[in-house]
Amino acid sequence: MQLDNLYQEVILDHYKNPQNKKLSANYDAQVHHVNPSCGDEIDLNITVKDGVVEAITWDGVGCSISQASVSILTDLLIGKTITDAYKIYDEFVALMQSKGTVEGNEDLLEDAVALAGVSKYPARIKCALLGWMAFKDASVQAQAK
Amino acid sequence: MAFDAVAIRADFPIFDRKIRDGKRLVYLDSGATSQKPNVVIDAESNFYRLHNAAAHRGAHQLAEEATEAIESARQVVSEFIGGQEDEIVFTKSSTEALNLLAYSIGSAPKGNKFHLSAGDEIVVSEMEHHANLIPWQQLAARTGAVLKWFEVTPEGRLDLSDINSVITTKTKIVALTHQSNVLGTINLLDELVKRTHDVGAVFILDACQSVPHMPVNVVELDIDFLAFSGHKAVGPTGVGVLWGRSNLLAELPPFLFGGSMIESVTMTDATWAPAPRKFEPGVPNMAQIVGLGEAVKYLSKIGMPAIHNHEIELTKYAIANMAAIDSLRVVGPLDTNMRGGAVSFTLGEIHPHDLGQFLDDAGIAVRTGHHCAWPLTRKMGVPATTRASFYLYNTLDDIDQLCTSILAAQKYFG
Repeated sequence: MQLDNLYQEVILDHYKNPQNKKLSANYDAQVHHVNPSCGDEIDLNITVKDGVVEAITWDGVGCSISQASVSILTDLLIGKTITDAYKIYDEFVALMQSKGTVEGNEDLLEDAVALAGVSKYPARIKCALLGWMAFKDASVQAQAK
Repeated sequence: MAFDAVAIRADFPIFDRKIRDGKRLVYLDSGATSQKPNVVIDAESNFYRLHNAAAHRGAHQLAEEATEAIESARQVVSEFIGGQEDEIVFTKSSTEALNLLAYSIGSAPKGNKFHLSAGDEIVVSEMEHHANLIPWQQLAARTGAVLKWFEVTPEGRLDLSDINSVITTKTKIVALTHQSNVLGTINLLDELVKRTHDVGAVFILDACQSVPHMPVNVVELDIDFLAFSGHKAVGPTGVGVLWGRSNLLAELPPFLFGGSMIESVTMTDATWAPAPRKFEPGVPNMAQIVGLGEAVKYLSKIGMPAIHNHEIELTKYAIANMAAIDSLRVVGPLDTNMRGGAVSFTLGEIHPHDLGQFLDDAGIAVRTGHHCAWPLTRKMGVPATTRASFYLYNTLDDIDQLCTSILAAQKYFG
């Protein structure tokens, strides 16, 4: 089934057991992002200390792709330096925009390569990117503090 | 003769193609846009092939033919909805038609019937598509008028229990949808139109989801303005219709200015041509207007009552079969009395986007999300829904396939 390329097991796992899905009381920046075409919404809190992403927590409603993607993001980026986190971010955005032509660098992206199949479905790319855009926005705000 | 959707489908070339690796196309997204029959595609391309010239301009045969082509389309469209020829304004979309009204009303000077002052009231409902909400919301913001609205009941019907406090002597405009694009609800207009006229206001009908699907007659409905789009009525994209009572179109100031909409022009001033020309500046979307004329002829030949009955049959069948699916909730009326063929639903914890993707993999085209009616989906307590919408080319087989695939999706995501 072609659909299995999109809905990899790891995506459905993260969807059913989302990581860090509980907004923390303390944070350096908090953002709210929406996907106006489908109504998906996310709140994301971030704490950045000494150039390192110390914590990311979130809450939101949305499809399995958007929810799994932000869950994977938190697993991947918590504990990374901002510099490394942005490298991963850039790699992920490039993967989403690849129209299925690249597999993605698994060393860098780890579980996030499971989302490679999304790039073949133009309508779903925004779903996968929702949490990542929220992260970028929040991290910029946190560093400006 | 019995209604033959399979024979009708043969008129629509898109059904010859395959979807997602060789699957039959099950098109259940006509509420977003309808497919086009060959007669419409041919009319549009033949206009370019044979008659293309700027209508209402030019001293040559082609210009005459182009003018004749769009003016006969105007006549066909006016007969289709029971209006007069000079009451039909072609726009690029129904969204533009509604914005035309909002901007024209907003520019009406003091002394004009349409002039709005702070404290005047504009009435809409919670079930409006964004295209019949935001223009009025913003007009209210520009003029200081107050936006009021009818609420929607949990069953998905308009709550008219407080009609006299929603439409008051301060009301200037009532703008409502005829059929909800999300709920499928058809609004009974009699009482609303009567109340509107009793307080001296004008009644504007968003008929995008009704004109393509059932008989609509502007005289019988006794309304003042109506908007619908060509592309939802088996016509081309890029053409919409605004109908208005001729005396009201005469009073209403123009919205867009430019060529062909004038009577006389000096360096400092201008006067306007009579409607509909006053509202149609620039060279119109001629090929699309001609295509829409052909679309309306096509629908009329089959018969709007027959199309409506067919859709009611489909909707009855769909609701009965879908309601039997575990954890499926239809968002909208469950009975087909005053209800059209748009069926929105949720499916337990499965997000509409995921369900839509799964259905797409089976060749089934549906719409997911808030359907450009975000306040309504919020009111109904759902972040998003999946919508199956039916038209004259759909069959009971299409609905069977939808239900089978919904069950398969439950297994897949379960």
